[in-house]
Amino acid sequence: MELQTSETFAQNAREALVDPQLRGALRNLADTFGDRRRMAIATIDDWEDLRERARRIKAETLAGLDVYLEAFADNAERAGAQLHWACDAGQARAIVIQILREKDAQLVVKSKSMTTEELHLNAALEEVGFFPVETDLGEWIIQLANETPSHIVVPAIHKSKKQIAELFSSKLGIAPTDDVDVLTGTARNFLRKRFADADVGISGVNFGVAQTGTLLILENEGNVRLTTSLPRTHIAIMGIEKIIPRLVDLDVFLKLLPRSGTGQQLTAYQSLITGIKRSVDDEGPEELHIVIMDNGRSRMLGHPVTRQSLACIRCGACLNACPVYQKIGGHAYGSVYPGPIGAIITPQLNGIEKARQLPFASSLCGACREVCPVKIDIPELLLHLRAEIKEGTASGTAGEHGPIKRKFLERLVFRLYAFAWSSQWRYELGIKIARLAQRPVVRHGSLGKMGRLMSLLAPPLASWTDWRDAPAVANRSFRDEWREVNRPGRNV
Amino acid sequence: MWPSIGTCAVQVLRRVGCEVVFDERQTCCGQPAFNTGYRTDARRLAKRFIEIFEDGGADAIVSPSGSCTAMVHHFQELFADDEGWRQRAVRVAERTHEFGSFLVNIMGVEDVGAYFSGRVTWHDACHGLRDLHIRAEPRLLIARTRGVELVEMENSEACCGFGGTFSVKFPEISVAILDSKIEAIEKANVTAVISADASCLMQIGGRLTRKRSPVRVMHLAELLAAQE
Repeated sequence: MELQTSETFAQNAREALVDPQLRGALRNLADTFGDRRRMAIATIDDWEDLRERARRIKAETLAGLDVYLEAFADNAERAGAQLHWACDAGQARAIVIQILREKDAQLVVKSKSMTTEELHLNAALEEVGFFPVETDLGEWIIQLANETPSHIVVPAIHKSKKQIAELFSSKLGIAPTDDVDVLTGTARNFLRKRFADADVGISGVNFGVAQTGTLLILENEGNVRLTTSLPRTHIAIMGIEKIIPRLVDLDVFLKLLPRSGTGQQLTAYQSLITGIKRSVDDEGPEELHIVIMDNGRSRMLGHPVTRQSLACIRCGACLNACPVYQKIGGHAYGSVYPGPIGAIITPQLNGIEKARQLPFASSLCGACREVCPVKIDIPELLLHLRAEIKEGTASGTAGEHGPIKRKFLERLVFRLYAFAWSSQWRYELGIKIARLAQRPVVRHGSLGKMGRLMSLLAPPLASWTDWRDAPAVANRSFRDEWREVNRPGRNV
Repeated sequence: MWPSIGTCAVQVLRRVGCEVVFDERQTCCGQPAFNTGYRTDARRLAKRFIEIFEDGGADAIVSPSGSCTAMVHHFQELFADDEGWRQRAVRVAERTHEFGSFLVNIMGVEDVGAYFSGRVTWHDACHGLRDLHIRAEPRLLIARTRGVELVEMENSEACCGFGGTFSVKFPEISVAILDSKIEAIEKANVTAVISADASCLMQIGGRLTRKRSPVRVMHLAELLAAQE
């Protein structure tokens, strides 16, 4: 499959909208996940209070992130882990490759991790001769299909059961079947053997507890438990924002994350990993390597608005609630992180120039903010990034750059609008001109589909009227009426 | 484009005992520029808005639009580096109310003596709902209108897909979202869909007429102004 990029977002989205397979797969997303989430949060007495506590814990952590990171590293090292610091994706990849070479890893298993997706780790490993096996069912399907995840939590959400059956049949040589038990059984048989043989297991991290150096990873399939405990070496990769201060804070986040992500009160497994195994009879790896990665994150710390982006716990609730995501799915965003959260972190991680369409790919309806378990004001962030793109004024969130000087005409239209609309007479004159200008195209008080000429003269208007009628400027405005009834003589 | 919204809002406000003035200098709150990232242009219009409405000395500023009202409440973000203007923005925002919310929460009125015959449904405009937390007020006002049968459509809180310049920057996505809304409206089997934001009404109404649907769009003020 050809990889889509953020730069062609509009085109990607148009293609997604006419893909009947995708529309079918996405149809139940909002209902299913929305309903499950609603039922799960109904079991919490004061959900809003819990969200506020989570927001405060994250704000506190991010305000003192350097201190908490150091404490985390010290405590993890004390428990036997080896810490690695990576400024960017390249360094993180090099660290992982170095460890795999030292261990002479023949077989590598991997559990689901968005951070490793961000590193494009699998491709990098394959280039140097390591072939990691994804062990999360959804990720494994994606790996078999040679695709990328289209959702943060359910990576294969864009695939139908039929497509998965065909994939298994062609790649694994099983008889075609749409029996879910047979399909999952096939995956289980294939993957179980790999865990036992693997030299190294690679995982992500949900939370790193500063107080104890503990990693917490949530999952439902048991594959994380196996990935992190059967191989002799475990490599855990995390962004700097995964830190929480205290073990007791998990009480808040363990209630929020599963409910927001999958609509579960708790995931089937929660692995708390503190260091390596302590005695020969103990379970767990002999070596634990923790790779802590920045990769653009510390830039977001610099401004109070963008800092919120680092509070994200990757639950995916904003994707499920987003009317745009519901229509186009994840791949159209052309980025590792799709949906509303992707629209705000992709420009900050990958550079605002390449991802400049994404902050505009939102109706600003605020459904994302409403479901976010850590109360990130995503619309505020989208507006902040829009201003950054148009004016380059917001303080250095995406590196050094001025405004992206494109769309000269749009710039001019807004400048004119601000000029004309800041005086009463210019405004009233503008209305009169519009009334005259629309005369040739108005039918029964509204503007229908435009001809080719109008599409050339006023592209945004045609963009509207290709799909929807537009109301005409009324012959008598409210202020005309007001003057007649409430004057003469006085302004009031 | 929709002069009757203003006229009707004035009628209803006067009916519940308000003295209404309209300052003819006012034009636009600047939301289109703000939402598209042109903050310099937005700031220019915001300052003008603040100056004009500081002048009037009215007890309350009432707008028949959730998103315009929400924009006034956002003004302070434009003046993060200018404490003087920021405070003036906050003070103006404190007096600025959305029409339906003003009737119920400030005037304490639920029955404005309206009459409208028909089955209607309410569309929650996003800014009214999620920025201003207006949910119950319009439903109360509609329910107290004589002759009206109010039904809740499926996903009444879902966005209509307008989103300002989003609707013309990504028209296909905007209309795909809109069509889910239209489907819900058609399923509700109503004569009119009511909302309190001209932009949603323009988006929904524009698609309804294009599809030659018999359902009409109405602003809350138009419904409440209607009498026997």
